[in-house]
Amino acid sequence: MIQGRIQNFLVIGFVALFFAYLFGPLIVMGLTAFNTSGFPRVSPWDCFTVEWFDVLMQDARLVTGVRNSLLIGIGVVLLAVPIGLAGALMLMQIGPRLRPWLYTVTISPILVPGVVLGISTLLFWDRIGLMFGAEEDSIFYDGIFLTIVGQATFISAYAMLIFIARLQRFDPALEEAALDLGASHTQTFRKILLPFLRPAIGSAAVLAFLASFENYNTTIFTIVSSSTLTTVLASKVRYGIDPSISALAVSIVFLTLVGAVIFEISKRRETRRARSQMAVARGEETKVRKQRPFLTEPAFIMFVLIVVAGLGTVYFSGTVGVEECKIAVKEQRQAEIKRKIERRQQQQMFQSAVDTQSQSSSDQEDSKVTAKGTEGYQSVFSPGNLQGEIETQAEEEQPVKGTEGYQSVFSPGNLVSPSSDEPEEEKPVKGTEGYQNVFAPENLSNQVPAENSGN
Amino acid sequence: MSADVKLESVWIRFGDFIAARDVNLHIKGGEFFTILGPSGCGKTTLLRAVSGFLTPSEGSVLIGGENMAGIGPNRRPTALIFQNLALFPLMTIWENITFSLEVKGVRKAQRKKRADELLELIALPGQGEKMVSELSGGQKQRVAIARALCAQPEVLLLDEPLSALDLKLRQHMRTELRSIQQRVGITFIYITHDQGEALTMSDHVAVMREGIIEQVSDGTTIYDEPDTAFVASFVGENNRFAGKVTNVTDSFAQVSTPEGLIRARCSKSPESKVKTGDDVYVFVRPESLRFVSGRLVDNQMKASVYHEEFEGNMWQVFLDISSTRKRVKMSYVNDGSIRSHSGEKDLPVGFSSEAAIVLPQGPLAAE
Ligand SMILES: Nc1ncnc2c1ncn2[C@@H]1O[C@H](COP(=O)(O)OP(=O)(O)O)[C@@H](O)[C@H]1O
Ligand SMILES: [Mg+2]
Repeated sequence: MIQGRIQNFLVIGFVALFFAYLFGPLIVMGLTAFNTSGFPRVSPWDCFTVEWFDVLMQDARLVTGVRNSLLIGIGVVLLAVPIGLAGALMLMQIGPRLRPWLYTVTISPILVPGVVLGISTLLFWDRIGLMFGAEEDSIFYDGIFLTIVGQATFISAYAMLIFIARLQRFDPALEEAALDLGASHTQTFRKILLPFLRPAIGSAAVLAFLASFENYNTTIFTIVSSSTLTTVLASKVRYGIDPSISALAVSIVFLTLVGAVIFEISKRRETRRARSQMAVARGEETKVRKQRPFLTEPAFIMFVLIVVAGLGTVYFSGTVGVEECKIAVKEQRQAEIKRKIERRQQQQMFQSAVDTQSQSSSDQEDSKVTAKGTEGYQSVFSPGNLQGEIETQAEEEQPVKGTEGYQSVFSPGNLVSPSSDEPEEEKPVKGTEGYQNVFAPENLSNQVPAENSGN
Repeated sequence: MSADVKLESVWIRFGDFIAARDVNLHIKGGEFFTILGPSGCGKTTLLRAVSGFLTPSEGSVLIGGENMAGIGPNRRPTALIFQNLALFPLMTIWENITFSLEVKGVRKAQRKKRADELLELIALPGQGEKMVSELSGGQKQRVAIARALCAQPEVLLLDEPLSALDLKLRQHMRTELRSIQQRVGITFIYITHDQGEALTMSDHVAVMREGIIEQVSDGTTIYDEPDTAFVASFVGENNRFAGKVTNVTDSFAQVSTPEGLIRARCSKSPESKVKTGDDVYVFVRPESLRFVSGRLVDNQMKASVYHEEFEGNMWQVFLDISSTRKRVKMSYVNDGSIRSHSGEKDLPVGFSSEAAIVLPQGPLAAE
C-alpha cells in the first residue's frame, strides 16, 4: 500500500522532472520575451511588455536573415526531395550486390561533418565559377545559391532514408498490375507510386525544411556575405543579446504550434471523411455532412478565437501601463540602492579607520589605492555591488544603467556618467566599476588628478 | 476476341536455377487452359513470361501468332490476375475496375458507366464507391476479375486466384469463373496447385513438375491415362506398387511385386513404354479396388481393415495387405447394400488389370 504510493510518487516525480527538463528552458526563454529587462531574464521580474516583438521586427538584419532562411529552406525542399526520391527509387531497383555500396555512398554526406561540406561546397563552386570565368556577383558566388546546394547534399540523404522506409512497404505487384493493364511507366509512377509515396513526400519536405532552417555548420561557410537566421543569431550571441531573441523564439514556437494544430485538424477531417464514406458504402443511413471549407471548421474557428483573444490580452496588458510600471520599478530600485549605499558608506568609513590604524607608516593615498584594488576585485562578479556604488550620486539616469550592469559596457552613456560625479565620493565607485571603464578617457582624466596614481 | 498462345522451347533460368525447361505448349483461342503443379514448380514464372514481365532465356512466346519478344506487358493483349490480386488500395472499387480505361484517357462519365456494367457482371452492383479494404475476400476476387476484363484482353491469365478463399467460396467461384469464361469467350490460362479446380474447370490441363511439362491433356485423360509416375501420383489418389516387369504382351504387362504378380495395362504414351526387366510402378485408384468375395479378377490379395471412414455417399476403407503390411486405400459408393467391414481380417481384395496402369519409375509427387 505505502510502497505503491511511494512508487506512484516516484513515477510522478520522474515524469515531472522529465518534462521540466524538456520544457523548462523553453518556458523560461518564453517568459524572458515579456520582461522589460534589457537582458533576457525572468528574475527579478520588472514589467510585462511586448516591446521586444517590436524591437524584433525593427531588427533589419534579423528580418533579412529570417527571409533568407525561408528562401533557402524552400530551395532545399525543392532540390533535396526529388533527389532523395530518385536516389531511393534507384536503390530499390538495382541488384542486391551493388545496393550496399551505393547505399553507403549516398548516405555518406550525413556522416561528413557539416563544416567540411560547407568548405567543399564553397571551393567546388568557386572552381566551377572560375572555369566559366564567372563574375563575382554571378550565381557561383551567391550565398543563397551556395547554401541551398550545400545543404541539399546531406539533406537529400535524409529525404532518401524516409523514402526508402516507405518504399520497403510498397508491393511491387501493384506496379506490375498497372503496367499489365496498359499503363505506361510514367503513368504507373504518377498514378500508383506517387500517391503511395505522398505521406513520405510530406514528411521529407518538412524534415528537409527544418534541417535547412536550423543548419549552421554548413551555412556559415556557404552563405558568404549574406546571412541566415542562424548566422545572425550566432553573431548576436557573440555581441550580447537582448530579449528580442526570446521574442523570436516565442514566435517560432507559436508558428510551429499553429502548424501542428492545422495538421491535426486536417488529419482528423480525413479520417472522419473516410469513416463516413465507409458507412455510406455499407449502405447505412448516415447524415453525410457536407464538407465544409477548412476555414469554417469549428475546431479551426475555436483555435483562431483562442489565439486572437490570447494575443489581444497580451498586447493590451503589454502596452497599457508599461511606462508607469517601469517608473515604479525604477523608483523601487533606487530606494533599494540608496539603502545599500548607506550601508556601504558606513562600512567604508569603518574600513578606512582600520586601514589608517594598521598602516600608519604608509601615506593615505597609498592605502586608498590598496583598498581600491581589493574592492575592485571583489566586486567584479557581483552586479549588486556595482549598482550600489554608482548610484550614490545618482541623477535620474544612473540606476537604470546600474541594473544593466556589464551589458552596457559598450553604451557610451554609461561611460560618461562617472565623470559627472564628485571626485571625493568617486573613488570607490570607480574602483568597483573596475574594468568596465578602464578605456574611458574621462575616467582616466578624473582618476589621475584625484589620486596621483596613474594606474 | 480471343487469341491462341504458343510457347516454343521456352527455357527460363535464374542464375543456375532452371525454372522452366524446354516448355512447349499450344493453347487454343477461347479455351480454358490450366497449368497444374505443386507449389514452386515454376507456374507463376511461366505465366509471367506470357504476360511479359519476364523474358525467356531461350525460346519464344507467341500470342495470336505474333512473337512477343521485345513487347512489354503494357502492350500485350493479356491481363494478369495476380496471386495476391494486387488491387490498388488507394482507389475506390470503380476506379480500380476502370484503371485500364483511365490510362487510355477515357472520360470519367464513360468510365463510370463501364464500371457499373462490370459490377453487374460480377454481382456487386452499386458497390463502386467502396474502398478495397472494405470488401471481403470473395468480393476482392471478383473485383480483380472485373478489372482484368475491363482491359478487354484476348488472353486472361489467372495465378491461383482462388487459393486465398475458403472451401465453400472456392467451389462457388469455380463455377462462376467457368461461366464468365464462357460468356466473354476469351482464352483463360489458369494456374493452380489444386487438382480439383483443374479438373472441374478446364478444357485442357498441363501438369508441371520442376519446370517440366509432364503431360498436356483433357481432365479425364490426365486422371485415367497418366503418362508418368508423377502425374499418376499427383492427380487424384492412387495406390502404388513397386516391382519389375517380367513379361509384356501387346498392351498389358506382368509385374512382379512383393505383394505378388500383378497384371496391368501399359501406358499409351510412347515415352512410357516398358519392357521386361524394367523397374516400374503399378498404380491402382482406390475406387478400382474391390472386395472380391469369390469372384475371379486378375489381381487378388488378402488384406485387413484397420480403419474405416463413412462419408455418407462414400466409404473410405484403409487396408493392410496381409503379406507385406503395405497400406492401401479403397473407396466405394454407398449404394445401400453396404455394411461396415471394420476390424475384419484377411479379406480377399482385388482389381481388374484394365483398372491398373504400369508406368516406368520416376519422380513422385510429395505425399
Ligand atoms: N526472380 C527470381 N529469381 C530467382 N528465383 C526465382 C525467381 N522467381 C522465381 N524463382 C524460383 O523459381 C521457382 C518457381 O517459382 P514460381 O514460378 O513462383 O512457382 P509456383 O509454381 O509456385 O508459382 C521457385 O523455386 C522460385 O524460388
Ligand atoms: Mg505461384
